[in-house]
Amino acid sequence: MSATPVRRARSVIPGFGITLGFTLTYLSLIVLIPLAGIFLKAAGLGFSGIWEVVSSPRVLASLKLSFGAALVGAAINGVFGPLLAWVFVRYRFFGKRFFDAAVDLPFALPTAVAGIALTALYSPNGWIGQFLTPLGIKVAYTPLGVVVACTFIGLPFVVRTVQPVLEEAEKELEEAAASLGATRWQTITRVILPTVLPAILTGFALAFARAVGEYGSVIFIAGNLPMISEITPLLIIIKLEEFDYAGATAVAGTMLVLSFALLLLINLLQAWVRRRNASAR
Amino acid sequence: MDIHVRGIHKSFGGFKALSGVDLDIASGELIALLGPSGSGKTTLLRVIAGLEFPEQGQILFGDEDMAARPIRERRVGFVFQHYALFKHMTVLDNIAFGLRVRERGERPPEATIRARARELLDLVQLSGLEKRYPAQLSGGQRQRVALARALAIDPRLLLLDEPFGALDAKVRKDLRRWLRSLHEQTGYTTIFVTHDQEEALELADRVVIMNRGQIEQVGSTDEVYEKPASPFVFDFLGNTNVLPGEARGREVFIDGHDTPIVTDTIHPNGAVDIYVRPGDLRLADGGIPGFYADVRSTQRTGPIVRCEAQAVHSGQLIELEFPHLHHDAPRLQPGQRVYLRLNNFSIFPRGQGKPGAKPSDPTVLIGSERERGRLG
Amino acid sequence: MSQDASLQDPPSLPPEFGAGPLARRNAAITEAPWVRYILIGFALLFLTGFLFLPLATVFVEAFRNGWRLYLAALIEPDALAAIRLTLLTAVIAVPLNLLFGLCAAWAIAKFQFRGKALLISLIDLPFSVSPVVAGLIYVLIFGAHGWFGSWLSDHDIKIIFSTPGIVLATIFVTFPFVARELIPLMQEQGTDYEQAALSLGASGWQTFWHVTLPNIRWGLLFGVLLCNSRAMGEFGAVSVVSGHIRGQTNTMPLHVEILYNEYQFSAAFAVASLLALLALVTLSLKSYLEWRHGDELAATRKH
Repeated sequence: MSATPVRRARSVIPGFGITLGFTLTYLSLIVLIPLAGIFLKAAGLGFSGIWEVVSSPRVLASLKLSFGAALVGAAINGVFGPLLAWVFVRYRFFGKRFFDAAVDLPFALPTAVAGIALTALYSPNGWIGQFLTPLGIKVAYTPLGVVVACTFIGLPFVVRTVQPVLEEAEKELEEAAASLGATRWQTITRVILPTVLPAILTGFALAFARAVGEYGSVIFIAGNLPMISEITPLLIIIKLEEFDYAGATAVAGTMLVLSFALLLLINLLQAWVRRRNASAR
Repeated sequence: MDIHVRGIHKSFGGFKALSGVDLDIASGELIALLGPSGSGKTTLLRVIAGLEFPEQGQILFGDEDMAARPIRERRVGFVFQHYALFKHMTVLDNIAFGLRVRERGERPPEATIRARARELLDLVQLSGLEKRYPAQLSGGQRQRVALARALAIDPRLLLLDEPFGALDAKVRKDLRRWLRSLHEQTGYTTIFVTHDQEEALELADRVVIMNRGQIEQVGSTDEVYEKPASPFVFDFLGNTNVLPGEARGREVFIDGHDTPIVTDTIHPNGAVDIYVRPGDLRLADGGIPGFYADVRSTQRTGPIVRCEAQAVHSGQLIELEFPHLHHDAPRLQPGQRVYLRLNNFSIFPRGQGKPGAKPSDPTVLIGSERERGRLG
Repeated sequence: MSQDASLQDPPSLPPEFGAGPLARRNAAITEAPWVRYILIGFALLFLTGFLFLPLATVFVEAFRNGWRLYLAALIEPDALAAIRLTLLTAVIAVPLNLLFGLCAAWAIAKFQFRGKALLISLIDLPFSVSPVVAGLIYVLIFGAHGWFGSWLSDHDIKIIFSTPGIVLATIFVTFPFVARELIPLMQEQGTDYEQAALSLGASGWQTFWHVTLPNIRWGLLFGVLLCNSRAMGEFGAVSVVSGHIRGQTNTMPLHVEILYNEYQFSAAFAVASLLALLALVTLSLKSYLEWRHGDELAATRKH
């Protein structure tokens, strides 16, 4: 413990004080203090005050939609993300590099652009919507539309978490399974899947966390009908526009706490994976 | 199970990893595939296992050709260099894997599977560790779990790829001895790959020496060491001095000296290379076959005295090794001219040991002359 | 798998086939061709439906009424003002976060101190905060009814519904990009080079400039690229603090929203197409960097 500062003091590399100082100051000013403000404000409301806001039907409905749609979207990505990662890592086909790069599009495309594009696509006369309308499926301006946007925004998280794990997966494990008489299906379900499952879960959690707070790509396609297709972030904005700072803070604080819990979960998951894979060859 | 490899060819892209490999292995034998990196030994092992498919040739298990059959139908126990243990399974689950993936009709009841896995854990001396995960084991323990896992399917053939490659020297030695006794106990036909000649010579019944995708020599450990079939084998199995010589019928003149070695074989007249190990050169008096050399330097490393000398006629640099208590050792002073005889050597036509030379035709080559060596 | 290569008998795994699918084609561990084709087909279908069609929609809708209207939508004064504001925001936010990223990475990668893991987690924090909440926190502080609201209005300083608020919110949401790219990269590189340079008599600044920087330049560029892309495209956070005053506090994404809500679809998609183009350029550069300088980028990359 006490040896640490001594070693630091002896380091020959300069600039520790100034770089760490700037880092901490900047971090505090931009992120920590403003974020703490929310909790300070929320604390002023008291638990009952927060509960009163959050338990109102409109807020509850929005939380249900935001978390529910994010969950479904993350689940869809939890299935298709690993499939995409598998195809990119294991197979060779024309244009692979192009398709692989395209997976990051939801990261790169500004959310508002994604939002209006998805809306146009799934609106009743859009390219995809025109085929769904006759089937009685309405996507745009319904909770289903929120799910579509959440899936879009979360896809890269799962693919990019699973991909490196699959790339590093030892070919020998599969060979060993085959030599022991396992069929390809048994090898995939009993050997490969357990190996990448932590990565899938991590990707799932990241996609979920992102989708819960997502605003830009969702509000256009959601339709924003109170109690039906109104997401929580939009509700925060509405409360702000009504100068209901307390209400906005209560909702935002609730969302933050839930997101941080999720973040903690992700970190624990990653630490667990690192430990398990630490020395096992 | 006796194994016969017939005319196997295998290439990766433009690289010929195996070109025309034939090998017969008797049931219950312990065989080492030995060779430098890139010699094709691992490829051969993987072809036999069914992890690679050859372009040509047969792999006979008994008289059944397996060359086109997938690995899971071959029932071979394969132990990987880095063990390839399933990290998310306990030791017991790892060992039981091969039994649990069997089709329902053939799968033993769970209790039997567990009993069998425990039995194997006993066999590899790891009882009590069944609930551990691979990450909680030492390298040597993992290796033994990998072996137990391979044995669980009652393999027709046990294949080990560099089984001790990833272990440190001490563990490696212990495990080697243990594997030998395990083999005697279980009697599985076993093939293992190694690049370590000591390991191969110590462990195997027979050694297969490979080079450039072909087999250079197959033989007992004594045979390959004492009657190497080619300059490559001679060179690969230990330190080597190469002396220039001149063959005339049965007589071979060393380094231009005029007392020839008389061999049992008739050599085609002309230049030859005489291969001799540093420990097989001894001081002698003139008159018997040998050559003169000038001692350049000596150095003691532990119990061994190493000496660098230069053949007088050809100027060829050679290396000598003596136990430091040997009565000749004190005579090896720099600047001293000494007369050297050859205890044990091999004669090959000039240039065969050069890189790029084709593996030799053994019939013309073997010129070892041990009786004479012992006489001097 | 960077084991001692000499132990591995290369011919069984020649480098160019080692991990690639070619080796697997012949090996024991791959799927039947029909399975492969179905999976590839499925994956490409999914990508097309979820990624390519939306992207194509943007450009098709933008040019629906011809390129004259397209151009008109872009050179209209409010659009130009939005473009200017977006560029201005990025020009302020990106260099600040770049400076922060360098400092944080230097302190974290080159020195040992307690609480480092916590610091790294805190730097990542903005990624797990909803953009709307990111905007909200500044409104709570600087807004008309916020803590400093009355003081600011007394002194006639406008932060919320003005450019400084937009810049602040943008800095918040793009905060971790450069740092999280540089930290693992510089940790991987250790301090050997710097110590060598210092031992040869270089000053701290010379060491950074001539030794550290060349080693991290591609990672740095990568981080800046992502940071800039998000800075120009940010919508939620900026939307909260902007006030949506046309020609004054509208960034490009906000301008897209306004046009869209006024049913000026073509114009909305025209401005959106510029942002989509930016995304495509970013993606191409990113892929190029990964392909060309992959080994000089951080090994662990998640967003």
